[in-house]
Amino acid sequence: MQIPPTDKGSLAVDRVSKWFRTRATTVHALDEATLHARPGEFVCLVGPSGCGKSTLLDIIAGLTAPDDGSVAADGQRVTGPGRNRLVMFQDSALFPWLTVLGNVLFGLKLVPGLTRARRLEVALDYLRLVGLEKFAHSNVHELSGGMRQRVAFARSLAPDPRVLLMDEPLSALDALTREQLYEDIQRIWTERRKTIVLVTHNVREAVCLGDRVVLMSPRPGRIREEFPIRLPRPRDINTAELTEYAARITAALRAHMTLPAL
Amino acid sequence: MRRFAIASLFFAALLALWQLMVMSGRWSAVLLPSPWDVVLYVRDAVGDGSLQQATLVTIRRLLVGYAIGLMFGLPLGLLCSTSVFAADTVGVLSLGMQTLPSVCWIPLALLWFGQTEWAMLFVVVMGTMWSVVIATDTGARTIPPGYARAARTMGSEGFHKWTRVILPASLPFLISGMKQGWAFAWRSLMAAEIYVTILTGFGLGHLLHYGRELNAMDQVIGIMLVIVLIGLLTDKLLFAPWERFLHRRWGTGIKPA
Repeated sequence: MQIPPTDKGSLAVDRVSKWFRTRATTVHALDEATLHARPGEFVCLVGPSGCGKSTLLDIIAGLTAPDDGSVAADGQRVTGPGRNRLVMFQDSALFPWLTVLGNVLFGLKLVPGLTRARRLEVALDYLRLVGLEKFAHSNVHELSGGMRQRVAFARSLAPDPRVLLMDEPLSALDALTREQLYEDIQRIWTERRKTIVLVTHNVREAVCLGDRVVLMSPRPGRIREEFPIRLPRPRDINTAELTEYAARITAALRAHMTLPAL
Repeated sequence: MRRFAIASLFFAALLALWQLMVMSGRWSAVLLPSPWDVVLYVRDAVGDGSLQQATLVTIRRLLVGYAIGLMFGLPLGLLCSTSVFAADTVGVLSLGMQTLPSVCWIPLALLWFGQTEWAMLFVVVMGTMWSVVIATDTGARTIPPGYARAARTMGSEGFHKWTRVILPASLPFLISGMKQGWAFAWRSLMAAEIYVTILTGFGLGHLLHYGRELNAMDQVIGIMLVIVLIGLLTDKLLFAPWERFLHRRWGTGIKPA
């Protein structure tokens, strides 16, 4: 991709707090969350539901404004959504009125200075990367859940963001499809070296994918602990070392939770 | 081919039933003309050009009125879905106006515009616009929020967001709204043409009206058939392609066996 780099793809979240107020109650969703990511680093946020991990991702994406604290990406303060940070959602959020190719082109068309031919070339290149070039002209409803997430992956990679934010992208998939995607995500990340922040409640998934696993706990949402994962890549989720890491992190997670473990 | 045969058989049976009723002699030929009489009327009316003329006048009014209705209805509907102020004002107004049968606009239109084309247009626009506003509003409100969020992260905002995300995402609602608007426009125009005689052009409704005045039931039934045919044709030509697109892309609809 020849889109000129803006910076290196660093990410800095500084003491970010967020409250959600409804008429009945106020929820303290995030309490002074601080998180830094090096360019090209793969960070996984893990925690039970309600720990504010998706809220944190929304704030990094610029979809939600923090009540306190600040976020910087590429050294620039985040004030709204930006092309340097793209998001992949749990439900893929592919547009049903467009074909697979149309979906991947959607973000590219909003990148200034790309010719039509170049856009098409880039889009097909990313479809090839996720192994779906044969489905370029298919409709979204004709794809399986795993294929949809691959298209969503291609769609968010195509405009060449510095930072990729993944909000539980695999949690709606079956185990076999998920394991296949672990391999693909690792392969593509190794090739393209984006900074990735992935939110999940699956500890093994986080260990399998992340350079670093960041633990969060709910009520109020807080960042508790960090675990660097020193395992060679590509990682297989079914190895004993990985399971051992996951067990340690799960134990730590239980200790941080105010509610008894399930 | 088989489906075509079945459809033909069905309509042939209807025709036969009609012919049998005529032949039974229970009803006077003035009240119930035979199918052949109707065919003869249509042939003559096409022969002297009056039917084509009337159809042209009617369709022109309909298309212009419908286009104006859409032109105002679509943006107003979108506005209602985003702005509380618009929803409380235009939205409530539209809901109220939509429940008003469009024939009710005719007395007002006559007094305001006199016996002119404007009166006709006014009635058609009033019949169309409100239901389009409501359908667009409902459609835009029912879009899964994920689409707008995803589009926002990719830098889609303002006009681009409305035309490339919100409008296509609400297409399923829009099309049924536009169909409803079309049906209302058609009904209100016919009512207006039957009620109001204006000198700038005789539409199908006028021919229907004169058929009654002259006790020419073959004309009345002939015109009614033409009106039904036009309705069917617009559905097949104007809306069916969109609906096919919708079903193909969204994967909705059950294929008839």
